[in-house]
Amino acid sequence: MKEIEVEAKVEKLEEVLSFVDELLSVYDCPMKTQIQIDVAVEEIFVNIAHYAYGEDTGMAVVSAEVSGDPRCLSITFSDSGVPYDPLKKEDPDITLNAEERQIGGLGIYMVKQSMDAVDYKYENGKNIFTIKKFLN
Amino acid sequence: MLNISKEVNGKSCVYYLEGRLDTTTAPQLEGDIKESITDINSLVMDLAKLEYISSAGLRVLLSAQKTMNKQGSMVVRNVRDEVNEIFDVTGFADILTIE
Repeated sequence: MKEIEVEAKVEKLEEVLSFVDELLSVYDCPMKTQIQIDVAVEEIFVNIAHYAYGEDTGMAVVSAEVSGDPRCLSITFSDSGVPYDPLKKEDPDITLNAEERQIGGLGIYMVKQSMDAVDYKYENGKNIFTIKKFLN
Repeated sequence: MLNISKEVNGKSCVYYLEGRLDTTTAPQLEGDIKESITDINSLVMDLAKLEYISSAGLRVLLSAQKTMNKQGSMVVRNVRDEVNEIFDVTGFADILTIE
């Protein structure tokens, strides 16, 4: 299990993505899967950066590992901000036309659609969000 | 990292996007489009070199589409498979005119 702790700020997104991509680099991961993982990491981390600590700042911990056969990537995001379960957000209606479409909730919807498992829990004062994705 | 280049010809404008359209780069494109399309009635987004798009990027495309619905048309072309997959999952494949 590898881990990175960063300030929960949008400016740290690149650092978090590099951390995940470096972990993945030794596996023969299809481009489509790699992009789905990057999108999921971006959406979840940016959510934390925008909402977890309100006007204040705080830390976010991202830990990741690849295990099992078939290989599965597991990434956990944790923060000590306000309790918030993004999975409770209603899915956007993706059949609406451009004028009617709302952009809210689209990020987490993409995460749910593209990952093999997503899980949220609030434990010991922390939001803990986990995603899993099979690599091949 | 996102490289934005564009060709304006009368009332037509073609954007060529290269790299990643994400939370970090989307504001840059949003600002550029806002300034550039006020007098445009044909907007083309060429995504041949766009490797990645997240919801922040989708938001910019949706906003451009809404503006162009009022004053002309917008076409998205040369979309890579990985980006197209994201358009499919989010229903953007139906909102955008993809060639």
